[in-house]
Amino acid sequence: MNKPDGNKWKVIVVENLVKKFGSFVANDHLNFEVGGGEIFGFLGANGAGKTTAMRILCGLSKPTSGNVKVAGFDVYTQTEKIKAHIGYMSQRFSLYEDLTVSENFQFYGGIYGLNRMQIKEKLENMLSRLQLEAMRKRLIRTLPPGIRQKVAFSVAIMHEPEIAFLDEPTGGVDPITRRQFWEMIYETAARGITVFVTTHYMDEAEYCDRISIMVDGRIEALDTPAELKKQHDVSSINDVFLKLARKPARNIQL
Amino acid sequence: MRKVFYIVRKEFLQVFRNRMMLPIIFVMPLAQLLILAYAVTYEIKHIDLFICDIDNTMISREFTGHFIHSPFYNVKYQERSISKGMDELRKGKVHQMIVILPGFEKALNQGRPVRVQVINDAINSSAAALMNAYTLSIIQHFNRNNIEAHFITRGTPAQVNLEYSYWFNPDLNYKTFMVPGILVLLVTLIGMFLSGMNVVREKEIGTIEQINVTPLRKTQFIAGKLIPFWIIGLLELAFGLVLARLFFNIPILGNIPLIFMVAAVFLLVVTGLGLLISTLVNTQQQSMFISWFILVIFILLSGLFTPIESMPQWAKVLTFLNPIAHFIEIMRLVMLKGAGLKHILQPLGVLVLYAAVILSLAIKKYRKTT
Repeated sequence: MNKPDGNKWKVIVVENLVKKFGSFVANDHLNFEVGGGEIFGFLGANGAGKTTAMRILCGLSKPTSGNVKVAGFDVYTQTEKIKAHIGYMSQRFSLYEDLTVSENFQFYGGIYGLNRMQIKEKLENMLSRLQLEAMRKRLIRTLPPGIRQKVAFSVAIMHEPEIAFLDEPTGGVDPITRRQFWEMIYETAARGITVFVTTHYMDEAEYCDRISIMVDGRIEALDTPAELKKQHDVSSINDVFLKLARKPARNIQL
Repeated sequence: MRKVFYIVRKEFLQVFRNRMMLPIIFVMPLAQLLILAYAVTYEIKHIDLFICDIDNTMISREFTGHFIHSPFYNVKYQERSISKGMDELRKGKVHQMIVILPGFEKALNQGRPVRVQVINDAINSSAAALMNAYTLSIIQHFNRNNIEAHFITRGTPAQVNLEYSYWFNPDLNYKTFMVPGILVLLVTLIGMFLSGMNVVREKEIGTIEQINVTPLRKTQFIAGKLIPFWIIGLLELAFGLVLARLFFNIPILGNIPLIFMVAAVFLLVVTGLGLLISTLVNTQQQSMFISWFILVIFILLSGLFTPIESMPQWAKVLTFLNPIAHFIEIMRLVMLKGAGLKHILQPLGVLVLYAAVILSLAIKKYRKTT
């Protein structure tokens, strides 16, 4: 694969993506592109269709119609190739609570095809960066939620994917840990890994390179945080969000 | 292959980190063998009997004495009231009543045939048939003695004497018959439940998503999930065989590697079935219900408790689809009769075919993308 430099390389291309569950339209003609190394914020109220779209991009779910390419591969026919190039951290807890930190690393490293040395190196790097050396033999269930989320993120990117999909990674985490988590996201993006993140925290949205705001299955806004604030003549993304999401026609928890 | 190894290791870590697992694996076989092998028996002892001897003569008392002294009978009442006997039968206090009417001795002495009434409580039909058989043999014994005692002067009529020889279980030991089958149940329960709960548990926790988003192949996933329970099942069988040999003195005439070879195929079927169920349902509760539903049918139609030969034709066809029935048949053949590979090719072939079908289905039905 020939990889052009800079933002010209589009790691995610979505054209007219539609996903229906029966008569319910979860994603209504979505169109967007995400460039390499970008931090892309995917915003929206509960039930707006964020997780549905993210699951399609990860190859966990098939779209009803539209063209979607992730890391250059087609989501209809090449889901397994996509999976080799992405990392995913789901909203639900993704580590095994009855295994230790290092056992989780070994398991996920193993099924991603890393060898023993690579797994060990990744584990040691993560433990020293997060200052968790003392925790390597602790069962996940005994760790505080913030640390679990950081470990889960490290697991999701241990195979050096092109894109990391993070579904509400900071839900239920204290402000200090959230700040540290975003530092991890920045480090990751600086290594050239594209970060595609959903969140409910509008202050976090300000940290993104570009954001999209979904309302009722449609993308209502898509630009840099600064440009969006200018367009809507408000001082924060929170106000942009409130303006757009004020009158959702549906209020359904997905 | 390396990926499969990582899954297997993870499963073993989780199984043995669960504090309930080791007791289940070692106590369950012991309890099953002890309870089932000793309690579930076709033999009937201590039949509660009501003797209604209205004749009450020397010969009638000699006749009833055979029952009183038999280890199979427990004579609860010896009274002359038929209606009392009927009441006791209705209440379930006794299970058999023998009525000897007046004129018993007289008729016998005159060499005339005489009738004795035997009433069996036939709620449990196979128990009734057994009681009947015991009673008949006692009466025959009495007849022979009676003929010899009273008619010896006229010479004994020539008789055909039957001699029985009981092959493969010379002591007619019931446990010898049951234990191989119970070992099969043991292996089935462990294999089916461990695997049946496994994948669906990951669905409930949510970790299955994280696996589905990796490039792991479906075959690798199913293999990684199957191998741990396959190994545990084989260890369980080894443990059960040791118990059977040491505590129950069950003969193991056949080739032990052959037993394990068949068990290896059989375990592919049950763990595969468990995984198949697990991939189709969404909660552990659903998995539990479906597994039990299938197991109860399989066990009742397995020939463990009731012989397959006496089932109706349609049920016999069903048992052909029952992997437990085939394995029990093979276990009895190999353990008790010392059958070799060539004697078990047909049931073994069915198991191999079964394993192939179930495993392909499990792999096919496991979906990484919805």
